Amino acid sequence: MSETTITQAEVRPLTLAENPFTALREWAAQHRPVLDQRLARRTDVVPDGRYYKLSGPFYSRQTRIVLRNCEITDPLQIADYIALDGYEALARTLEQMASQSQMVADMRAANLRGRGGAGFNTGRKWAEALKHDARHKYVICNADEGDPGAYMDRSLLENDPHAVLEGMALAGYAIGADHGFIYVRAEYPTAVKRLKIAIAQAEACGLLGEHILGSDFSFKIELRLGAGAFVCGEGTALMESIEGRRGMPRVKEYRTAEKGLFGYPTVINNVETLGNVHWIYLNGWQWFHDIGTEDSSGTKVFALVGKIQNAGLVEVPMGTTLREIVYDIGGGVREGGQLKAVQTGGPSGGCIPADMIDIPVDFGSLARVGSIMGSGGMVILDDTDCMVDIARFFMEFTVDESCGKCTPCRVGNKRVLEILNRITKGQGSLQDLSYLEELCEVIRDTSLCGLGQAAPNPVLSTLQYFRAEYLEHIEHKHCPAGVCRSLLNYEITDACVGCGLCTRKCPTGCISGEKKQQHHIDQSHCVKCGTCIQVCPVHAIERH
Amino acid sequence: MHDTPRTPVPQNGPEADLYRQLIEYIKTKEPKESSLIDVMHFTQDLFGYVPKTAQLLIGEMLNIHTTKVYGVLTFYNYFTEVPKGRYAISVCLGTACYVKGGAEVLAAFSKELGIKPGDTTADRLFSIVQTRCLGDCSNAPIVMINDDLLPKVTVKQVPGIIARYRKLAQDCGQAAAPAGKEAVSS
Repeated sequence: MSETTITQAEVRPLTLAENPFTALREWAAQHRPVLDQRLARRTDVVPDGRYYKLSGPFYSRQTRIVLRNCEITDPLQIADYIALDGYEALARTLEQMASQSQMVADMRAANLRGRGGAGFNTGRKWAEALKHDARHKYVICNADEGDPGAYMDRSLLENDPHAVLEGMALAGYAIGADHGFIYVRAEYPTAVKRLKIAIAQAEACGLLGEHILGSDFSFKIELRLGAGAFVCGEGTALMESIEGRRGMPRVKEYRTAEKGLFGYPTVINNVETLGNVHWIYLNGWQWFHDIGTEDSSGTKVFALVGKIQNAGLVEVPMGTTLREIVYDIGGGVREGGQLKAVQTGGPSGGCIPADMIDIPVDFGSLARVGSIMGSGGMVILDDTDCMVDIARFFMEFTVDESCGKCTPCRVGNKRVLEILNRITKGQGSLQDLSYLEELCEVIRDTSLCGLGQAAPNPVLSTLQYFRAEYLEHIEHKHCPAGVCRSLLNYEITDACVGCGLCTRKCPTGCISGEKKQQHHIDQSHCVKCGTCIQVCPVHAIERH
Repeated sequence: MHDTPRTPVPQNGPEADLYRQLIEYIKTKEPKESSLIDVMHFTQDLFGYVPKTAQLLIGEMLNIHTTKVYGVLTFYNYFTEVPKGRYAISVCLGTACYVKGGAEVLAAFSKELGIKPGDTTADRLFSIVQTRCLGDCSNAPIVMINDDLLPKVTVKQVPGIIARYRKLAQDCGQAAAPAGKEAVSS
């Protein structure tokens, strides 16, 4: 099957009808009972007002607006999307020849803040782009979801691609763009496949492409693949990549909305942001504004992962507390572990200690405690996680992914990593801590782009809330969580049966003992490789 | 739009046909910078790497200086100048997979195959790629082999996984297939 083959799904060339808008609504009405019948046969789906939802307490405690159709409709059948009010917002916009400035004003009033993490008011961004006259304008969907531990965007792209397409078309109409790009990670082959199919189906139905639904509005969407660079999630680096160059951020001489892709006014929106758009125009900006908090309207999709009982995507109104998310929906820490911290915002975010679990989650409140909302990654850490090692992990990521253009990020983060490596190996000093803080502040204040500016966040926030753990590593050469290998002592207990297997496998030959007697590890030669623990048949070796 | 390229490409041998396909593909693209990454992806998928000759060819046909082609190749993780193995093993080291033991799984693959992350086995069957998040965090730790996603992989499973793919390669014939998108359903 070629990648753009439309499957056996039904497509209808709506523009051939006398009234394409009526034809769309007729199709919706005709297909709805077909969808209803199919869903009635499933035990994991239940009716939810006008629509449906997945059954079970994990889902019933959520408010799934962006994820409404996910795992309910068939993403490869455009008719399913249409039957649940899909493309109706676009149809109404075109039918009524809606005013662009009104659309933009409504989006602004709704207060949909960018869900990629920056939290900028989407309507304000659109207003800026609308202001400028140019031969071309572009809408870019940022689907370069690179935060490790985050997969909200992937899920939406795979399970409800049309929501993103319709969102882009509405954005395009509002700002006066005729072309859209979806910049999607190459690591998401399924999303790429399904997007291609969805675009082909939409075009065949006259819902994308030239003269949508017979109107004067034309909007074509193209895919552009990433190639494994985290920094290409940064807006200007993304545009460099589409233009065929190394993904290095631009100096922010011009706002993207004024001079962006190929020099033209461009709006870049995150996948989840776009997933909200058609619901806002269907239900009105007030409806959206009423959900969430004053600071942040609407819902947010979080990827709840790590040491959690129920891992998965959780969509809740802004303002929901961490406690509700972690315990009521997530089922608490898995395997009876003790909650230590919640890491939000990926490598640009911070760690929120367990005693702040009642914090309501929105842009402002997370920023106030030294973290960020970010794209929605939420990693649950327990007492077997070392906070110094977590900071080191994120810094290693950042150093790997830094584009190298500006000195503070390229050199500064590397120095930070070196310090963290020494601390986790038991070679840190107290002076390292003060130097670390100063260095982090300089990197944060002087880096060219968001990657560098936010890179120190994991370090600064763990220093703020878990300083004692750093001191334990430095002053006592001890890792309380039992993670930092160089600081662990391996000991053979009296459960040892003297089989000698560990002696034979030890790479440095530091284990000795008589047959059938308890064996002994010479700590001065032990390299903490862990082989002995792995091979011991009676689990007689402990690590602490 | 495109003239016949002047860059000398092999006319015989295993890659001759690949070059013919590449030239045909580039001819369908606009000869400018913004076509570069798409063409690089095609080349990487087709050859399993981006050979020097291909870089020169791409530069010529797209009207881009070869240093820029090389610059893009070396910037992005996806593009390699060294052939990837038939089975590219990506061990996810995203946050969720890391806290669930991803690093240990990576070490196990490395030990079992006798190569470091980033390298390819001598028989060109396997290469290990150290990836950042693959986006399936609730099934951590994740290993992706070509397009197959293996969830909740443990260190103990690693030798068995490798054996399975070795057998598959044997069954499909050991002729070195270009390390493209050959996927195996597990």
